[in-house]
Amino acid sequence: MTELHEATVTELGERLRRREVSAVELADAQLERIELLNPELNAFLRTTPELAREQAQAADERLARGDAGPLTGIPVAIKDVLCVRGVETTAGSQILRGFRPPYDATTVARLKEAGAVIVGMTNCDEFAMGSSTENSSYGPALNPWNRGRVPGGSSGGSAAAVSAGLAAFALGTDTGGSIRQPAALCGVVGMKPTYGAVSRYGLIAFASSLDQVGPFTRSVTDAALVLDAIGGHDPRDSTSAPRQLDVMGQLEGGVAGLRLGVPREYFEVEGIEPGVAASVRRALDVLEEAGAKLVDVSLPHTEHGLAAYYIIAPAECSSNLARFDGVKYGYSDQTMGSLLDTYLRTRREGFGPEVRRRIMLGTYALSSGYYDAYYLKAQKVRTLIKRDFDEAFERCDAIVSATSPMVAFPLGSRTDNPLAMYLCDVLTLGGNLAGLPGLNVPCGAADGLPVGLQVLAPQFREDVALRVARAYEMASGVMTEVAPV
Amino acid sequence: MTWETVIGMEVHVQLKTRTKMFCRCSSDYMGQAPNTHVCEVCLGMPGVLPVINKAAVEQCLKAALALECDVAEWTKFDRKNYFYPDLPKGYQISQYDLPMSREGRLELDGRTVRITRVHLEEDTGKSVHAGDSLHGAERSYVDLNRAGIPLMEVVSEPDLRSSDEARAYAQALRGLMRAIGASDADMEKGQLRAEANVSVRRVGEAELGVKTELKNINSFRALKLAIDHEVSRQISVLEGGGSVSQETRGWDEARGVTYSQRSKEFAQDYRYFPEPDLPPLEISRSWLDSLRAGLPELPAAQRSRLEAAGLSASTASLIVSSQLGDYLDAAVAAGAPLAPAANWLVGEIAPNLDEREALPADRLAQIVVAVEAGRLNREQGKQVLREAWESGRDPEEIVRERGLEQVSDDSALEGWVAEAIEAQPQAVSDFKSGKQQAFGALMNEVKQRSGGRADMKRASELLRQRLS
Repeated sequence: MTELHEATVTELGERLRRREVSAVELADAQLERIELLNPELNAFLRTTPELAREQAQAADERLARGDAGPLTGIPVAIKDVLCVRGVETTAGSQILRGFRPPYDATTVARLKEAGAVIVGMTNCDEFAMGSSTENSSYGPALNPWNRGRVPGGSSGGSAAAVSAGLAAFALGTDTGGSIRQPAALCGVVGMKPTYGAVSRYGLIAFASSLDQVGPFTRSVTDAALVLDAIGGHDPRDSTSAPRQLDVMGQLEGGVAGLRLGVPREYFEVEGIEPGVAASVRRALDVLEEAGAKLVDVSLPHTEHGLAAYYIIAPAECSSNLARFDGVKYGYSDQTMGSLLDTYLRTRREGFGPEVRRRIMLGTYALSSGYYDAYYLKAQKVRTLIKRDFDEAFERCDAIVSATSPMVAFPLGSRTDNPLAMYLCDVLTLGGNLAGLPGLNVPCGAADGLPVGLQVLAPQFREDVALRVARAYEMASGVMTEVAPV
Repeated sequence: MTWETVIGMEVHVQLKTRTKMFCRCSSDYMGQAPNTHVCEVCLGMPGVLPVINKAAVEQCLKAALALECDVAEWTKFDRKNYFYPDLPKGYQISQYDLPMSREGRLELDGRTVRITRVHLEEDTGKSVHAGDSLHGAERSYVDLNRAGIPLMEVVSEPDLRSSDEARAYAQALRGLMRAIGASDADMEKGQLRAEANVSVRRVGEAELGVKTELKNINSFRALKLAIDHEVSRQISVLEGGGSVSQETRGWDEARGVTYSQRSKEFAQDYRYFPEPDLPPLEISRSWLDSLRAGLPELPAAQRSRLEAAGLSASTASLIVSSQLGDYLDAAVAAGAPLAPAANWLVGEIAPNLDEREALPADRLAQIVVAVEAGRLNREQGKQVLREAWESGRDPEEIVRERGLEQVSDDSALEGWVAEAIEAQPQAVSDFKSGKQQAFGALMNEVKQRSGGRADMKRASELLRQRLS
């Protein structure tokens, strides 16, 4: 029998329902393992043992009554950008140190209703801005496969937690790749749903038109389970779609007869590592052998995606982060008398350098006289990128590529060069600009580090992406493993 | 050298809704303890999202229809970014390039003021400064009860030519908002906030002068005074060889002057961009049609209907601006002829409405009918009206009880006429020698002797016969 910390959500659910283990025992085991390993990994910024035990007890009661769902009693880690009522939620930033939201994010509320047990808040790049978790103002999380390497970002703590067996699953957020890229670098399954498929209410916004909440799991089936629980319309999020996803239905449908698009531009991006390309090619062979038809497709505007993304996302963030002004909550420096001084000092000290850089980029891009040249043009590029995908999806059912051009890189190796860091998202941000569902599924290793396969599907076709990934799991025999920590 | 004043108005109107623009907080915040009508959404806490209040959109659309605007089929919200403590999100959700509606008009006593646009946004909170002045304040506080109240902005073209017109425009807008139930539009309560863009130019010049924007205006009176002051200030600057600088100026009520608040060089760059948290809003034509069908008769239409029915322009105007059109209609429906009913309304009811609720329209109709039929004379009518209004009793009952009914019977009238002639021989001889005013003294005698009940019209005929 697999160890508790290695088991998938599905396995744990069965064991809980068979009463082989109680939810309280499971929570305690999980908290104990976090206590043991987290001081080094720094995947969690804080644990929530009291909340976890309280929820675990309630879960045990539900299990005893026989009204447990698939997530009842399952330990979950929450990225520090999703508000949990009464629990310090900081977005990895000093400016929100000590902030305890009086409300739950909708995704958190839905997990609570489903009976999941929250074990803690995970580390991330400050306000989800970064690709390595090194922009966290609470120190970086480490990659469980190699502690000299980054776990990716921005949801690096969630990826590392699931990879290291510190939680059965985790929630993250993905604005340009922040679920899929760390999932790839840590060797776990990570999924960004269609924009609008999952509520953003209570997600501390980075870029509102791009942000989505999604799961990190150790199996594709688990990802579908979690998505089912957190997805669906939310009247408090006007951008959430009035529809319920059906992700479980076709999960085992296989890939026989499916057309998988291979975008040539995605295999020629700057900085793609040969080991990554080779692993992904082998994964495509596996899928072909399993009956998929590989078709060449083109996404001609790929090269402009990064530029468009790094205008739109900072523009939105410059406005979204204006509320952190030292007036209402969070960090406030009022040592100098004037209002302007309070603003300047609070924001200069409260925000880290990458956040300040993006606020400045975005403020500039929206400024009078520059708006047309930057923001408006970036929106036009976004439309072209969407059109690229629309055209590609006329020829295929899903698009497959590497998730990250590179495997987990050494800590500190890209921090001096923001552009090198931004290149980490080059294969993922197109999915955000076009609002597509996309996931990462582990597909072997290069240099002893995990490599991830990305599957993108048309809007609201999460079922197709999951079906392809599930078929890959089955055909390859490559199952997500807990890192040997 | 004569100067022409040119004024365009920007008026903010708080819309009447049960809840705020983007959250479910009650919008009934006036007079409530600070920060009691707030939630995570209107406090701008991290991660929260706005949801559009349909009732606010409908109020704005009704106003747009009443102002005869073209309503957009698609409209969207934008963020207006600036930092201020009473702006919790660091941006105001407003509308920039696709407002709810454009190109309307407001009729103003024979003049058309073009409306540029009507759009929807959210109100800000309020800063409260403890101390003598803003700069000397020891502490500042923020009350966010008002933050997120639905606010409509009505922008006019520079079509107004005097402070009186500007005031009339603001008053007409208030009347319109009240008529359609979109807002109470009480200026003193800040439910209607008028800003005037004022410039002057030499008569005959086609080009507009440099304008200043006047703020902090809290009453219709202040609006007129501020514009008057600003116009004379601009004229003296120009006549002194200087030039007006484009700026925002505040109205200092106590000193009666406008003062510079912010010059153009320091104008804020609001960095408008589309609000990503709200999808564009489609305004279906069927929705609009049903809103249009639900609108009451609008003031301009009411005024022309009343004029067409025979009322003078000034009476019609007065009735419409006092929002007494429906009342008049009800009195007419209860049997009163229009013109006399309108005169009674303007003369006797309207001046006392501040003190008490209007007399029921059917009661006014009873009195008007009685006077018109000659059963009561004017004085008696007024007396009955006062008493009926104060006591709430039936006018007929008062007439019967007080024996007020007018006497038109010739035999009784002839008796009083004879008594008057006998009592005032001097007046009789004066009248006979050509002094017309002596007739008045005799009529007064008839009135006295009849206890005010004589039908004075008939009595005067009988008196004239007797004296001829």
